[in-house]
Amino acid sequence: MSGAPGEAGAAAHLREPWSELETGPAAAFARQRDGATFGIWIFLASEVLFFAALFLIYTAYRIANPEAFAAAGRATNIVYGTLNTAILLTSSLTMAMAAQGAEKGLFRRLTLGCLAATAALGLAFLVVKGFEYREDIEKHLVPGAHFALRQAPAQIFFGFYWLVTVVHAIHLGIGIGLVTRLLVKGWRDPDVLTENPQVEVTALYWHLVDLVWVFLYPMLYLPGRAG
Amino acid sequence: MFARLMPEAASVQAGLTDRIFLGLTIVSGLTLALVVGLILVFAIRYRRGSKADRHPLPAIVSREFEIGWTAATIFLFLFVFWWAASAEIGAYSVPRDAIEIHVVAKQWMWKTQASNGAREINELHVPVNAPVKLILTSQDVIHSFYVPAFRLKRDALPDQLTETWFQATKTGTYGLLCTEYCGTDHARMLGRVIVMEPEDYARWLSAQPEGDDLAHQGERLFSERGCAGCHAPGSTVHAPDLAGIWGRPVPLEGGRIATADAAYIRDSILQPGRDVVAGYRPIMPSYAGLLSDGEIQALTAYLRGLGSAPAVARTPGLPDLRSNVPGSAPERSPAMVPGAPVQDRPAPAGPAVRP
Amino acid sequence: MSAPVAASPTGLADRDELDLGLPPSYLADGHGVGSWLLTTDHKRIAILYAVTITLFFFLGGAAATLVRLELFTPEADIVRADTYNKLFTLHGVVMVWFFLIPSIPNTLGNFLLPLMIGARDVAFPKLNLVSWYLNVGGGLLAVAALLAGGVDTGWTFYVPYSTVFSNGWVSLTVLGVFTTGFSSIATGVNFIATIHMLRAPGLSWFRLPLFVWAMYTTSLMFVLATPVLAVTLLLVFAERSFGLPIFDPARGGDPVLFQHLFWFYSHPAVYIMILPAMGVISELITCFARRRIFGYTFMVYALVAIAVIGFFTWGHHMFTSGMSSYAALVFSFLSFIVAVPSAIKVFNWTGTLYRGQVGFESPMLYALGFVGLFTLGGLTGLFLASIPVDVHVQDTYFVVAHFHYIMVGASVSAYFGGLHFWWPKITGRMYPETWARFAAILMFFGFNLTFFPQFIAGYLGMPRRYHVYPPEFQVWNVLSSSGAAVLAVAYLMPLGYLTWSLLFGERARNNPWDASGLEWRTSSPPPRDNFFGAPRVQGGPYSYHPEGVAPIHDQPRIPAQGSLT
Repeated sequence: MSGAPGEAGAAAHLREPWSELETGPAAAFARQRDGATFGIWIFLASEVLFFAALFLIYTAYRIANPEAFAAAGRATNIVYGTLNTAILLTSSLTMAMAAQGAEKGLFRRLTLGCLAATAALGLAFLVVKGFEYREDIEKHLVPGAHFALRQAPAQIFFGFYWLVTVVHAIHLGIGIGLVTRLLVKGWRDPDVLTENPQVEVTALYWHLVDLVWVFLYPMLYLPGRAG
Repeated sequence: MFARLMPEAASVQAGLTDRIFLGLTIVSGLTLALVVGLILVFAIRYRRGSKADRHPLPAIVSREFEIGWTAATIFLFLFVFWWAASAEIGAYSVPRDAIEIHVVAKQWMWKTQASNGAREINELHVPVNAPVKLILTSQDVIHSFYVPAFRLKRDALPDQLTETWFQATKTGTYGLLCTEYCGTDHARMLGRVIVMEPEDYARWLSAQPEGDDLAHQGERLFSERGCAGCHAPGSTVHAPDLAGIWGRPVPLEGGRIATADAAYIRDSILQPGRDVVAGYRPIMPSYAGLLSDGEIQALTAYLRGLGSAPAVARTPGLPDLRSNVPGSAPERSPAMVPGAPVQDRPAPAGPAVRP
Repeated sequence: MSAPVAASPTGLADRDELDLGLPPSYLADGHGVGSWLLTTDHKRIAILYAVTITLFFFLGGAAATLVRLELFTPEADIVRADTYNKLFTLHGVVMVWFFLIPSIPNTLGNFLLPLMIGARDVAFPKLNLVSWYLNVGGGLLAVAALLAGGVDTGWTFYVPYSTVFSNGWVSLTVLGVFTTGFSSIATGVNFIATIHMLRAPGLSWFRLPLFVWAMYTTSLMFVLATPVLAVTLLLVFAERSFGLPIFDPARGGDPVLFQHLFWFYSHPAVYIMILPAMGVISELITCFARRRIFGYTFMVYALVAIAVIGFFTWGHHMFTSGMSSYAALVFSFLSFIVAVPSAIKVFNWTGTLYRGQVGFESPMLYALGFVGLFTLGGLTGLFLASIPVDVHVQDTYFVVAHFHYIMVGASVSAYFGGLHFWWPKITGRMYPETWARFAAILMFFGFNLTFFPQFIAGYLGMPRRYHVYPPEFQVWNVLSSSGAAVLAVAYLMPLGYLTWSLLFGERARNNPWDASGLEWRTSSPPPRDNFFGAPRVQGGPYSYHPEGVAPIHDQPRIPAQGSLT
């Protein structure tokens, strides 16, 4: 879709060094968008390695201590966990819808609504997680002297649990911040989100956070529960 | 000529290692001489403004030479790898008749114990020309047992066992140093390995204050610390009988099979809930903090001394007797079909002992 | 805006020859602290990095000075054991993460990458500035740990010593390194995107200078290896500060797992430290031999091969940790394989001299020194890849000598060589050549005197990280410490004359070395927007002579490598 508003929008979003390319503003803006997308994919590659290292630790310890990990996996709250999984998957849906809407510049209210829903669902995840943490502390699932389970390696499971869920929550918090920022900018100025590379970048980041949770859910909530 | 540049070679492995080292030094020296020589020659001959011949390079130089020296490098490196690897593969397998020494490292000292009970601090006496196996562990952080004269090094890890072996070829006293940084006095964690003629060694051994060998100590501990209360035959508590288990396969709950080696014994004493024997309830209390590493080694020696029972006699063609139902007598289930394969070899060793 | 083009062979007016109202250089474009601390100009960011890494270099160097002074005698003389342990830890942490890793990529790379590909800036200029702040922030945390009392775990932070037993400021230091890791990742993202998307028209991948290829492969390692370090350090931090058991042996944790994770990053890290240096050397040797690089394609694939294979060799740091013999053999094999591309590069650099027109300006002295020192260091890597030898020399001074030959002898030589080569471009000034040559030669000899005796001490059995040592090692330690004194002088000299040149040095022409490469086709120093027109590339790099023909004495470069419209 091209036309005066689109081009003006493109020129407004152009920034250095893409603005200095030897081509017209529309082509330069297309390159800038591609650049932003390319950049976030490379960053996501680093995030994959980041979480892969954590998953490797989990895997190594689980292979070495299957019974302890099974017992520990049974101690997590599967209701909260499943609820959170549903929340996060839904938020990825709303984020994808918002990204599509922003790309085309159509359905402006729907786009903003989906962004708001994404942020709200993200917050809901954190709230549920907060309840879960409180329960975990009450059930003495914090590694240390008063740990609830008798198998020592279960403490390692829960050391990993606390660490990885906090790290995930921090990533989610950053994602909520990015989505909220887009929401506020889009609320103030209708054209800002149209074809804006920042929407694609935020969406991809959000999907990664969701994907990490998709791996964490079976690692943390399902051991010891099958069969 | 090289004596001042290399430490004394006092073990079988030292000879192998030194040969590889010298071979590598010669190869490296030649390569370095080639590279440096060419650089000097080219830099001088082709210095700016010199009258040397600078006709265009024939294509063979840029293409075939490139491929040629790449291939030559690969072959040379692969040869060295093969040479080093074959020396190393031999070094990994411990001879069967090796004298066993247990080494416990702690900040900042070495404690060694021979299987007859002789204990030393920061020293180790061994006979010459006899293989010696070291089983190492640490009480705190990672240390590393290093005897330069033997070209021997192995890390001592906390709560794990590592193994290595050597065979000394010359009598004498050799330095022992810690080579994994372990805190304030890492540099002062030194010791000596004293290699003696066999007669001298035997004399030294019998003169040691701990006349009691390790297995007898272990037998004492077995009854004093309450192990016999459950594990002796005739106990009212249903606990596995330990006579004859050494080196045999132990069926565990969940279907896995472990081998009753030193690591398994240690784990069973310190973390009894981890690998529960099939058919038994996990009621054994942990002895973590109640038994020292030395005492665990003694108990291990005792159990080892109880021997390895022969394989269970069974009728060929029928599966061996085993049942996972807790508390019940092991019986052959009617579902077991005659003709199923009979397992007579022990299961492969579990992951506990590192070479 | 199009600038009139003068008749000089470079196709561009030298700044002093014509006064045509050209835009000011990037140094003059904006004054005041704010214009520097909030800049998004990649050239200014490069200068910011250069200042901070120089400070860290001398901090790490001070620690090394105290270490080598202490080691003159076998007994303790100057410092207690705990202080000594903190000194070598400081030296390692600062030199690896706050000097070597950012040195070439973040100073020379930041400055030159957009120039070499004909771009105005990197792909994400604001992210570039954030990178610098992350680097400095991490560095400040590490300095805070030092001022609070220091940390004594060694730069490798092995557990359980670092998590449970150490009394030093482990968490603070680890946080500092963690923070600086994100600086690396951001730089990597930036460089990869820049090289993919901002090359000038006509500049295809196989026309890129090898320095750009080196930045590219280094950035791949930045992005893929550094996150694993981040996780490893985060786990140490969590275990130490929050008591979360991950590596605690008493609860089933495995300290060797820490080692695997740590070295999974730290082995590619050493290639991060050498690949940029190799890129610099390719630029220097071609320019000062007036010759196209020998075997350009093989050189590119060698860089890529080192980066890729380097990810799979980490276990050779752990041969004595108790790994199975099969794993050890695999790692040994791969460690031999990764040496092959390095050997190819050494042969090709040597071959580039053949039938060239070799000059001996100071950057070339550094480059030639690099080739010798890198060859020696690399060959000793083969010793360490052979398991029986490694079992003997692991954790001894043999290893210390090996990695200093590569990281200091090679990498730092290349950094100094590149700094001298591009100094006119960056600052617009020439430095005094005689002092520079003297410093380069002094550095070469001082370096060898410092580190070659350590090979001998190591094979004789002297362990590393030893505050006091058995007296039979003293002669080698005295030689080494004496060499360190010479080396210190050789490092201080450039600090002196390069600073002098900023104020009193002769003003540089656009292309004082008559080098190829797009960065030389703009003024010295360049304007804020890098070029006065839009570069367009028509040929490959290193156009010192026509293809298939050898260089002639005093032959100027072929001007047609690139043109400015």
